[in-house]
Amino acid sequence: MGLLSDPNRRKALTSLLTRLNTPICVVCYLAGIVWFMGLAFEPFTLRTYMSENAMGSTMVEERFSSGERALGLAKEFDAHKRKAGGMPVEWLVKSMQARGLEVFTQSFSRKLPFPDENKERYMVRGTNVYGILRAPRAPRTEALVITAPCSPGHSNNQAVGLLLALAQYFRNQIYWAKDIIFLVNEHDLIGTQAWLEGYHHTNITGMEYSPLQGRAGSIQAALSLELSSDVITSLDLILEGLNGQLPNLDLANLFYAFCQKLGVLCTIQGKLQRNDWDTAEGYTHAAQTMMLMVLKQACGRSWGDHGLFLRYHIEAASIRGINSFRHYKMDATTTGRLLEGMIRKLNNLLERLHQSYFFYLLPSLSRFVSIGYYMPAFGLLAVILLLRALDLWVHLGSPALAAVDGVTEAEQPSSPGVLTVLTPVVISHLTGVALYLLPVHLQEMAVEHFPVSETEAVVLTAIAIYTAGLALPHNTQRLLSGEGTEQGWKVLKLTALLYLAVLLGCTALINFSLGFILAVTLVPITASITPHMPKVLCALAMVLLSPAFSILYCVFIYQELVEAPVGLGEGWMLFLSVISQGILDHALYGSLVYPLLALFIYPCWLMFWNILFWN
Amino acid sequence: MDYYNLMTICAFINLLVSIPQAYSNYVEDKQSWTVFSSGHTNNWAVLVCTSRFWFNYRHVANTLSVYRSVKRLGIPDSHIVLMLADDMACNYRNPKPATVFSHKNMELNVYGDDVEVDYRGYEVTVENFLRVLTGRLPPSTPRSKRLLSDDRSNILIYLTGHGGNGFLKFQDSEEISNMELADAFEQMWQKRRYNELLFIIDTCQGASMYERFYSPNLMALASSQVGEDSLSHQPDLAIGVHLMDKYTFYLLEFLEEVHPASQANMNDLFKVCPQSQCVSTPGHRTDLFQRDPGSVLITDFFGSVRKVEITKDTIHLTSSVKPPIQRSGSGDMQIESLTYVDQLPVAEIIHQVTALIYYDADFACYPPSLTDRKESTAPLASGKETSGSWPEMFRRANALGLPTLPALHHKTPKI
Repeated sequence: MGLLSDPNRRKALTSLLTRLNTPICVVCYLAGIVWFMGLAFEPFTLRTYMSENAMGSTMVEERFSSGERALGLAKEFDAHKRKAGGMPVEWLVKSMQARGLEVFTQSFSRKLPFPDENKERYMVRGTNVYGILRAPRAPRTEALVITAPCSPGHSNNQAVGLLLALAQYFRNQIYWAKDIIFLVNEHDLIGTQAWLEGYHHTNITGMEYSPLQGRAGSIQAALSLELSSDVITSLDLILEGLNGQLPNLDLANLFYAFCQKLGVLCTIQGKLQRNDWDTAEGYTHAAQTMMLMVLKQACGRSWGDHGLFLRYHIEAASIRGINSFRHYKMDATTTGRLLEGMIRKLNNLLERLHQSYFFYLLPSLSRFVSIGYYMPAFGLLAVILLLRALDLWVHLGSPALAAVDGVTEAEQPSSPGVLTVLTPVVISHLTGVALYLLPVHLQEMAVEHFPVSETEAVVLTAIAIYTAGLALPHNTQRLLSGEGTEQGWKVLKLTALLYLAVLLGCTALINFSLGFILAVTLVPITASITPHMPKVLCALAMVLLSPAFSILYCVFIYQELVEAPVGLGEGWMLFLSVISQGILDHALYGSLVYPLLALFIYPCWLMFWNILFWN
Repeated sequence: MDYYNLMTICAFINLLVSIPQAYSNYVEDKQSWTVFSSGHTNNWAVLVCTSRFWFNYRHVANTLSVYRSVKRLGIPDSHIVLMLADDMACNYRNPKPATVFSHKNMELNVYGDDVEVDYRGYEVTVENFLRVLTGRLPPSTPRSKRLLSDDRSNILIYLTGHGGNGFLKFQDSEEISNMELADAFEQMWQKRRYNELLFIIDTCQGASMYERFYSPNLMALASSQVGEDSLSHQPDLAIGVHLMDKYTFYLLEFLEEVHPASQANMNDLFKVCPQSQCVSTPGHRTDLFQRDPGSVLITDFFGSVRKVEITKDTIHLTSSVKPPIQRSGSGDMQIESLTYVDQLPVAEIIHQVTALIYYDADFACYPPSLTDRKESTAPLASGKETSGSWPEMFRRANALGLPTLPALHHKTPKI
C-alpha cells in the first residue's frame, strides 16, 4: 500500500460515505434537478455576445430591394413545380443561369428501409440544383451555402424565390471573398444528404447519387431558408442538428444582431423573448424554451436542412418565416436584407467560426447557458451512480478485508462470480442486438403474418422485442453456477452501475440533453434496486422508468410545451411514429440515438431488471 | 545648444580626419549654420501598421494617412520606410478596390496614386522592424528598405495596431514589448542613427509603450493612457468597417492644416484629440527631449523642410569648403595612428564565420560613456583621446582581432 496514504483517514472517509450514502444520493439527485431548473433563471445565465472579431458588428449597408421580384419568382416557381409535378429542374437551371451562376444538377435515389408514413415516401428519386456564384476577385478556396428545400405542395416557394432574387443581387456585388452556393434541394434532408456526400466525396449511408460536376471551396457556413408566406411576422431560428450537434453560438448571435438592427421579431423554439424574468411567468417561459431545446436536442434528429451540414464541421442554421396573427408584418425585402447582412458578415470571416461556444442551451436568443454551467447538473446525477458503486465495493470488500495479502484467495471464490456476471451481461446485450437488428430485417415476415403495414410492422416488432426482453429467463446463471448468491448480485450491480455511469457520461459529453434525460429517469431506480424489495411494485416502477417510457413522456411533454397537448391515443400514435422516425433517421442519416438506446442503454437497464429478479 | 551639437559633430569629423585647422574654421563660421534651428539635416519616417485582416482596415488607413502627410510635407519615398501588414486596397472584401478611405462618404482616399510600401504582409515582423531601426539588415537588403539615417537625422516613428499594457501585437503571432522598443532606440542612439526622434503610437494603452524609454532626444506621443482603450472612428456601412481610429483621425485633420512653412509647434500637436473627442486620454512624454517642445516645429519631424534665407550679404564659406589639407607637415606618425583600420580584413583571409565574430566583437566594445555624446565631446575637441573614443576602439579591435586570427581559423568548422 502507498506510504503516503493514511489508511485510517481513508477508512473514516469510506465509512462516512457508506453510512451516509443514501442521504447523500438523495441530496445529489435533488440538487441536480434544482440546478438544471435554475439554468433558465435569467440572473444565472450569460448574455450572448459576438466573439468573432471578423464579424464584429452589424456594420453593413443592406441594399437588397427586390423583395417584390422574389415573390414574383416564387409564383413562377410554384407554377413550374406544379407543371413538372415535382422539382422544376429545367426552369431552375435556366433561371439560375440567367442570373449568371454556374449551374449544376445532381440526381440521387434512395430506397428507404421501410416506408416513411409521415412523409409518404419509400423509393426516393430526386434532383438537386445548385448554382455557384464565383467570388470575382478571390481564389476559389472558401464558400458559403444558402439552401432552400423544394417541398411538395405550396410550401416553401417564397424561400426559393428569395434565393433566386438574392442570387441576382449578389451577382452584381464585387466584395465577395467566398464563393456562394445557392442550392435548391429536393426531398428535404435526403437531398441535402446526397448533395453533402457528393460535395465531400463521402458515402456514409449507402445513398446512390451522381457525382457533383462543379465545386467551390471548403464550405464555411450555411443557411437554410424556410418561407411559405409572402409576408412574415417573425423569424424562427433552428439550431438543433443531427445527434444534438449545434452550430457555433456566433451564428445565433449574428442572426439575433441583425434581427435587432432591422427590427425583425425573432424567436427560438417558436417562443418570443420576455423581459420579465423576475416574475413567475417570465421564468416559466424561459424554462419552457430551454426544455424545448433540451427535448429537441435529445432526440438527435435534424430539425432542419441545416442539421446535416454540422457533421462536416460547417456551421449552419435554418431560418423559418412564421406568419401568425400579429398585426405587424415584414415583407420579403426585409427578410432579404437580413440575409444579405448575415451573408455579408459571414463573407468577412477569416477562419471557421470557432471563437464562441459549441455546447450551450438557449433559454432565449439573448441569453445562453454554457457547458460549464449545465454540466454540474448532470455531474450531480452521475455521481450518485459512483457513490452507490463505492458503497457496494466497500460491502463486497469487507468480508475479505481480514486477509489483505490473500488477494489470490479472494479471487478463488469469485471465479464462478465472473460467470454469474457475464451471463446476464451477454444475454442483455444479445437482446439489445436483436432489438437493433430484427425490426427492420423481419418486417417482411411480420407483414406476411399480421395485417399491418411495413412501418407498423417495424415499430411493433421493436416494441415486442423490447417487451420480450423483460420476460427472458434471466436466471440462466443458476444453471451454470447454482444458486444466485448475495455476492453475485452485488457484483452484477456494481458492474451495471459503473457501466451505466460510463454510458451516461459519454452520452452527456456528446449530447448533454440526451444524457441528462436518461440520467433523470434511470438513476433513481438503478441506484436503489436490490432483489430484496417488493417485486411487483419495483417491477412496475422499473418499467415506468425504462427508456421506452422515457420516450413516451418526452412526447407528451414536448406536445405540452409546443402548446398542442394530445390525448393518450394520439400520444401513443406519436410515440409509434417517433420510434419509426428514430429508426429511419439512423438508417438514412446516421443518427446515433436509436443504436445507443438499443445496443447500450436498454441492455444496461436489463441488467438491473435481472438484479430485481435475482434468486 | 545647437552650436554644442554642431561642435560635437565637427569635432568628431575633425579627429578622424585629423585636421585641427579645419575645426577652428567650422566653429568660427557660425553665420551659415544659424538657419538650421533644430540641428538636423535630413528627415526620415518609419510608419508601421502591425495588424492584418480586413476588420483591421482602420490601422492601415491610420498608417497611410500619416504617410500621406509626411509625403505631402516633403519627405520623399526614399526616406520613408512604410510597413503595412495587410493590403486593404486589394482585399477581396473591399467594395471600392484600390482605395483606402480615411473619411466617411469617400472624402479622402489616403491610398492615393503613389504608395511605396517597403515591408508588406508577412514581412512586417518584430525582427524586421528592429532590424530596420538598428540598421542590422542583411547585406542584400535594398536601400529602399533601409533606414539610412545618421546622427543629423530627425526620425518620425509611427506605430499602430492592437496593443496592451507594455506590448504591441505584430500580425497575430508575436509582439514587441516596451522594453525591447526602448532598447532598440538606445541602440540607435549609440549607433548615432538619429539626432532627434519623435515617436507616435495609436493603440490601446499606448502610453505604456513609451514609459520605458531612456535614450536622449526622444519625444513620444500616445493615443491613450495605461488602462484605456483607443477607440475607432468613422464607421462606414458601405465599406463595412471602421475607417480610422479616433486619435489618428484627428491627427490627420491637424496635419492637413500644416504646410511646409507652418510655424505650428509640438505644443499644438499635444493638443490634438482632447479627451472630449478621443474618449481616451492622449499622452506625451518630453522629459528626454532637450529642446522646448514649443520651439520644435511640426515640420522638423513631419516634413523635410530646408530653410532658405534670402540674404544680400556675402557670407564667407571659403574656409570650410577648402579642399584637402597638406598632410606632409604633420609627420608620418600621426597619419599612421589615425587612419581607419580595415573593418573586415578577415574576410580576405578566411571564412565568413570568423568575420562575423570579429564584427560582433566590434559592437560589444562600446563603452557606456559613449551614450552621452556631450561628455565625450570636450576631451575630443581638445584633441586628447579618452578611453571611449573611436581611434581607441579601432586600436582595441586591432589588438583583439589580429593576433587571434590564426587560432580562430583553426577552430572554425568548415561550412
